[in-house]
Amino acid sequence: MSTLSRADVARLAALARIDMTDGDLDRLSGQLAAIVDAVALVAEVAAADVPATSHPIPMSNVTRPDVVRPSLTQAEVLSGAPDAEDGRFRVPRILGEEA
Amino acid sequence: MTDWTRSTALEMAAALQSGAVSSVALTQAHLDRIAAVDGPVHAFLHIDAEGALATAAAVDADRAAGMELPLLAGVPIAVKDLVVTKGLPTTAGSRILEGWIPPYDATVITKLKAARMPILGKTNMDEFAMGSSTEHSGYGPTHNPWDLDRIPGGSGGGSAAAIAAFEAPLAIGSDTGGSIRQPAAVTATVGVKPTYGGVSRYGAIALASSLDQLGPCGRTVEDTAALHEVMGGHDPMDATSLDEPVPACLAAARDGRENGLAGVRIGVVKELGGDGYQAGVLQRFAESLDHLRVLGADIVEVSCPSFKYALAAYYLILPSEASSNLAKFDSVRFGKRVERDTIEKTMLATRAEGFGDEVKRRIILGTYALSAGYYDAYYGSAQKVRTLIQRDFAAAFEVADVLVSPTAPTTPFKLGEKLNDPLSMYLQDVATIPVNLAGIPAMSLPSGTAPEDGLPVGIQIIAPAHEDARLYRVGAALEKALVAQWGGPLASLAPELEVTP
Repeated sequence: MSTLSRADVARLAALARIDMTDGDLDRLSGQLAAIVDAVALVAEVAAADVPATSHPIPMSNVTRPDVVRPSLTQAEVLSGAPDAEDGRFRVPRILGEEA
Repeated sequence: MTDWTRSTALEMAAALQSGAVSSVALTQAHLDRIAAVDGPVHAFLHIDAEGALATAAAVDADRAAGMELPLLAGVPIAVKDLVVTKGLPTTAGSRILEGWIPPYDATVITKLKAARMPILGKTNMDEFAMGSSTEHSGYGPTHNPWDLDRIPGGSGGGSAAAIAAFEAPLAIGSDTGGSIRQPAAVTATVGVKPTYGGVSRYGAIALASSLDQLGPCGRTVEDTAALHEVMGGHDPMDATSLDEPVPACLAAARDGRENGLAGVRIGVVKELGGDGYQAGVLQRFAESLDHLRVLGADIVEVSCPSFKYALAAYYLILPSEASSNLAKFDSVRFGKRVERDTIEKTMLATRAEGFGDEVKRRIILGTYALSAGYYDAYYGSAQKVRTLIQRDFAAAFEVADVLVSPTAPTTPFKLGEKLNDPLSMYLQDVATIPVNLAGIPAMSLPSGTAPEDGLPVGIQIIAPAHEDARLYRVGAALEKALVAQWGGPLASLAPELEVTP
């Protein structure tokens, strides 16, 4: 496993939808490379013949009765939105110039 | 005149029942204390004096009318800002949620309201609970009441500091890798991370869903037990909630205090001590073991060899889950928006401005760990580590009823000391993280102050899943012995804070 480069961090930040300035990349990529090197220790168990645990207390098929219950009103749901119109969330246009 | 802020929550409850004090007076005393000391401590992000006093007045009126009330009715409480509160600002310590007013209550808030407890306000925390010092809060750090130049632990430094500074007798915390227990250790308070699923997570802003658990914070083991019983229980709104009775924490605490620990087998985890642990921390831990022996417990050594992978596995699983959970902060449904001409640019700008450095680090780390080509090596291996750690615990609990270790490797460090060295900050949680990976319950309680710096040290008690009551039995017995040695609760021995008139 190779260490994380500055270009890797820029690509991952774009995937995670976080704008990064050159200053951000300078500051974070060194720290991230050190963290990645440290967590790579888990590779020692990669070949171990043990099942993976995704959830500490196993449970399956947790359901509730399928009955209609009161829920938040439309106005309550929209109350925290940065922008709303006609009972919906309003967002800037979804396609760029080139589309 | 009695200074009620110095009483335990259960003493307050008894005084309310006997009519020695009103809930309005009790709540006002805490609001006055907050006004006097919270400037320099900065435990609170939001104070709800009006709401707390209204709840208190209603409790007083119902009590005067002869109504039967729950045990902690009228006893005020502080709530970590990670828990959503209808009508009260909730930020999770992040600028991206600045000004957000949730439209609903978390299940634990519904339970506090049913218990008739006045909510004093929301406490400071590392942004989205990522940190061990509260320095990653978007609203400035909390300061340790024992020494204002030092960290109060994290992520729940606000809840722990509020209790340690007598601004509240009880608080709600959340613990993903130690965020209740490490702050408790460094502020000389008590904190419990319940069994995973023991307390509903509905309305707790998620960090890492397979690790997060809400829990009680207090100044005594019995107070913490009483709050645990209020918070716990099955909730159909949380699919991971355990469908089983709330553990009898208070009865267990009283049993331990009155009857000691004859026949209880206590395992010392070999891997959680030694190198990297401060001398004074180890000295106080050894003294606590002596007390446990005198109380009748059998002390055995246990080994958990896979713990050496715990920190690495945790810093793959947590960022992976967090990167997914934090995708919801997209500037559409709630929180901040930095407007640009397209939605994608708006998201990029909003998340750049709204998230702090630690959150960005962990989101990027998680995005990396989950990306094609790395998934098996990183995330897959980390999940195997989880299985190995569960097996280590299972083997240890074959020979011991509970396990013990120091809670944190050091006493509280200076603000700023580890801010630019994330890895060194992460090591604060080396003894608490295995518990979250295994989903089992654990407590931190004060074990004294380190001789070299006079700062608080905590001891951790760990129990098997569903056996939370054992923590309280052992914790209350040890606390009684230690308080007798100190001549009073450790929290009461903290230096006096300068009071703003």
